[in-house]
Amino acid sequence: MSAEQTRKLIVLAAIWATLLLAPYWMIPLGGYTALATRVLVLGLAAMSVNFLLGFTGVLSFGHAAYFGLGAYGAGLTLKFLAPSTPLALVLGMLLGGLCGAILGTLIVRRRGVYFAMVTIAFGQVFYYIAFQWSSLTGGDDGLRGFSRQPIDLGLFKLDILSNANNFYYFVLFCFALVAGAMAFILRSPFGRTMIAIRENERRARFLGIPVERHIWIAFTLSCFFMGFAGALYALVNNFADPRGLHYSQSGDFVMMAVMGGMRSFWGPLLGAAVFVVLQDYLSSITVNWMSFVGLLFVLVVLFFPRGLLGFLQRSKA
Amino acid sequence: MTQLLLFNVTNGLIIGAFYVLMALGLSLILNLSNVINFAHGGFLVIGGYIAYTITPYIGFWGALLVAPPLTAVIGLVVERVLIRPLYGRDPLYSLLLTFGMAFIIEDGTRFIWGPQGKPVTIPAFLAQPLSNDLFFITGYRLFMVAVVMIAVALLFLLLRYTRLGIRIRAGTLDLETVAALGINVQMLRSLNFAVGIYLAGLSGVLAAGQLGLEPTMGTGLLMPSFIAIIVGGIGSLPGTLVGGLLIGVASGLTAVFLPAASEAVIYVMMAVVLLLRPRGLFGEEGMMS
Repeated sequence: MSAEQTRKLIVLAAIWATLLLAPYWMIPLGGYTALATRVLVLGLAAMSVNFLLGFTGVLSFGHAAYFGLGAYGAGLTLKFLAPSTPLALVLGMLLGGLCGAILGTLIVRRRGVYFAMVTIAFGQVFYYIAFQWSSLTGGDDGLRGFSRQPIDLGLFKLDILSNANNFYYFVLFCFALVAGAMAFILRSPFGRTMIAIRENERRARFLGIPVERHIWIAFTLSCFFMGFAGALYALVNNFADPRGLHYSQSGDFVMMAVMGGMRSFWGPLLGAAVFVVLQDYLSSITVNWMSFVGLLFVLVVLFFPRGLLGFLQRSKA
Repeated sequence: MTQLLLFNVTNGLIIGAFYVLMALGLSLILNLSNVINFAHGGFLVIGGYIAYTITPYIGFWGALLVAPPLTAVIGLVVERVLIRPLYGRDPLYSLLLTFGMAFIIEDGTRFIWGPQGKPVTIPAFLAQPLSNDLFFITGYRLFMVAVVMIAVALLFLLLRYTRLGIRIRAGTLDLETVAALGINVQMLRSLNFAVGIYLAGLSGVLAAGQLGLEPTMGTGLLMPSFIAIIVGGIGSLPGTLVGGLLIGVASGLTAVFLPAASEAVIYVMMAVVLLLRPRGLFGEEGMMS
């Protein structure tokens, strides 16, 4: 095993150890388990955005729509269909992913800023639907009146509703599944092709790669991941919020990815952790937290465009 | 029924005129500098609040003349200090930066002027309805439409006949060649940005007289302006003009028959246009990709 491989393995082990032990080291530092759960879910969403942004090189600024669709899908399932947590997760993911697959066919032919603009505008469609269709979605107040259900493991039931630690490990398990799927896709020939498109779209086209179809597949996959993260988020809050579909939420996700480091697999998770903790802290000490979050955007763009991980790697080199 | 229809179409045209002013500014900046200016709504709000602050001293007419250029100067400073370093980079960065600025502007105006809506006093003779039957057509509304028409006409004359305008249009098509001809591209981008922000400031003053002022009013106008640009065709300013009026009237008409869908209809229009004519109504082939 080369030194590089050993180093990677050690980093990976450290990341998983940190995540596995989070409920134990967070509390002495002044955190709480629910905060760690939120970081995991929002981190997963930021990683899904980055699957498209960092590895295919196209910017969707409307991904919150698929996140929110996942949340509403899960909430509506629990409220009207069946009290089953796994079913809620699957249906939430399907709702987000399928809507993404359909709209993706309209979106993928644009590039650059125009791709971003069209994704924003389409994302807002779902915001308005959730906002206006009050009889189904609860409108401005959001969807309430459902809660996550215990997981039936055959031998015993896992209580994830009242036990915060159990729920954290359930979310971590789901996170590991999706992160594993992402890593698997990125290592596959398809993932390599995505990176080739990012690096040089024209050359990829000359090599006979059907660029549009690949971008559509990447877009759709990332919408499925996003829908899954959204469904988890509905379980975290026992609530689905129309503001979770809004483009300003998309901006937060993109920011998490950029702040952590777009070119790395784990960067967005780090970005999400910093962003969530900072926002949690700022909104507890000042009413002007919006200005500080805005300032954070400006500072990161001007001084840390490669993100925290990019910054660390460069200063080491 | 006819009156209701007329009422909503008039409303739609007036709202559409706002969209046009906003969208033309956004479009100018997008076409030349490849920057999606998320803070455009923020500049509209700044223009409105400047007008609110100076109206007691120099009156409404003075504010209408002074507030937009002041907003443009603020825009110029922002462009020079914050946006210029980003031109060589991925458009993602300018997008995130202006997105963050929109937060700062919204929160800043709330901090300075308070969260409550603020009225801007308009001259008394403009506030009167023209007749009892057509109670909804006040002098001010006609005046707004007239100002928008004049501003749009001046903008198109500027782009058509002045040296600056010709350079902006040339730069939109091929900035590298324009630079190679010895034209100061940085200066061109700054002036172009200022013109765009001037239009945002102007719509802010007009909106303040009609709707009153709130820190969040810019955000609500931003998304329809995006759609006006996409429907009209990215890269085409006449397209943006038509797109803005079209979605204004469409949402006005929908408000008659299906009030709940009056905001959703503009998104439906966008989807239809993208499906049937991906480059937009007036867009040129290839500008969208």
